Amino acid sequence: MNNVLQLAYLLTALLFILGLRRMSAPSTARGGITLAGWGMILAVVASLLVLAVTAKQEGPPGLVNFGLLALALVLGTLISWIAACRVAMTDMPQMVALFNGMGGGAAAAIAAVEILGGLQGGLLALALLGALIGAISFGGSLMAFAKLQGLINTRPIVFPAQRPLNLLILILALALGALLLVGSHPGLIGAYFLLTLAFGILMTLPIGGGDMPVLISLFNALTGLAVGFEGFAIGNPALIVAGTVVGAAGTLLTVLMAKAMNRSISSVLLGGFGQEQAQGSVEGSLKPIDVEDAAILLGYAGKVIMVPGYGMALAQAQHKLRELADLLEARGVEVKYAIHPVAGRMPGHMNVLLAEAGVAYEKLFDLEEINPEFASADVAVVIGANDVVNPAARRPGSPLYGMPILAVDQAKNVLVLKRGQGRGFAGVENELFYLPQTRMLYGDAQETLSRLVQALKKL
Amino acid sequence: MDLWTSLYIFLLAAFTGYEVISRVPVILHTPLMSGSNFIHGVVLVGAMAVLVNAQTPAQQLIGFVAVLLGAMNAAGGYAVTERMLEMFERKPKGGS
Repeated sequence: MNNVLQLAYLLTALLFILGLRRMSAPSTARGGITLAGWGMILAVVASLLVLAVTAKQEGPPGLVNFGLLALALVLGTLISWIAACRVAMTDMPQMVALFNGMGGGAAAAIAAVEILGGLQGGLLALALLGALIGAISFGGSLMAFAKLQGLINTRPIVFPAQRPLNLLILILALALGALLLVGSHPGLIGAYFLLTLAFGILMTLPIGGGDMPVLISLFNALTGLAVGFEGFAIGNPALIVAGTVVGAAGTLLTVLMAKAMNRSISSVLLGGFGQEQAQGSVEGSLKPIDVEDAAILLGYAGKVIMVPGYGMALAQAQHKLRELADLLEARGVEVKYAIHPVAGRMPGHMNVLLAEAGVAYEKLFDLEEINPEFASADVAVVIGANDVVNPAARRPGSPLYGMPILAVDQAKNVLVLKRGQGRGFAGVENELFYLPQTRMLYGDAQETLSRLVQALKKL
Repeated sequence: MDLWTSLYIFLLAAFTGYEVISRVPVILHTPLMSGSNFIHGVVLVGAMAVLVNAQTPAQQLIGFVAVLLGAMNAAGGYAVTERMLEMFERKPKGGS
């Protein structure tokens, strides 16, 4: 019986690795998740069968446990499946954070059961380490979820002596962990979990909404690692392999993501980005335009490039944007979309949102492809993007320096749809908005786009 | 499992994870993060084993929570990833 289970785990590990590899190329990505899905089903079904036999041999207490298991399994699957299928595409990033937190919590809970059960020596050390990482990931991911969901302010939350306090809590948790290695006590175990959980929450507070993707990716890697450690502690090879693979892949992914967003992981973790004052002043003034004039500008253009950003994702305006683009194309205007690598709430998120709204792939262009085309564009429409179009990124000394930007400033006219007069995540004044050819159109992106569509229909 | 075998497994698995995704395009960063999030949902099978072997009410309660959370990680992680990747498969619409 045990051999059957081990064989199932072996196949699961194989399916997971193959699935992950397929998921890292666009043409095979869809098949990759299906493959990994079969791996999961195999592991769960094989475990259920073997555990049912174990439970039966143990008699009533085992059967009660098995009943609880079935209940938790059905409840958890139903709740999360329905939640994941109902949520809007724009809210996907926080769902990833939420489910990742659940995984971290599960790893920490496994550790708690094992520690209460009197685990000893090296295995206890591994369980404690996994518990630490899992609980941090649990607390931090839930916090990240709350921030992205808008339950709490996405701005960095900072207070005096924040870093020393966080450090103190981490040191206390580690000290308690060391103490638990020597002698166990239920009160100490509870305190250990509370401290690690608190550290996860506190370390997420000072990190702003723009850095959340990198942070969630880091928590994802941490959960993987925690799962791997718990796998060692309970002697389960499926957990060991899957957890460790995700721990390593997630770490690499975190580094790649941070690089794509021109941030270093240490600066993300230290937090408080966007708090510093903007440097230097900007010459010129902001020039508003009304919707009718903007519609004329667009309607009689030959070539328009759309530059969607975070604000468009936030306002869920992708459908309206496509409606506008369709109208323009019906009038014979050439429309293209410029997708900055980190536009949206996470890298790649913008492509998903626009695809959902029915925008054809061949109209989406990435940075290198589209930048030479801005000079020949009559109008570039910036919808809720800020830092990724700020020409200040080309000038040494700017906090944005070095970040690849879309060359929107080279277009003959620039139309900026913007919620208000605030700055981007970097807290840097955007020089693009002050250029002579730039016109500002204030308001919620979805509403502004609807009014543009109306105005265009009347032309 | 002895210490050295464990360390070798850890090393090889970590290397595998690193190699498997080393050349991923930026547009797949978010779906891949979501996909790997689903994969560590296998913590569920560990939680299941722990719950069935629970001895005390406290262990039963925590074990129950572990299975519940693990199931949410696995099922939710799959559904989210599947929905994201569905977008990549959709064929471009005609007309324009």
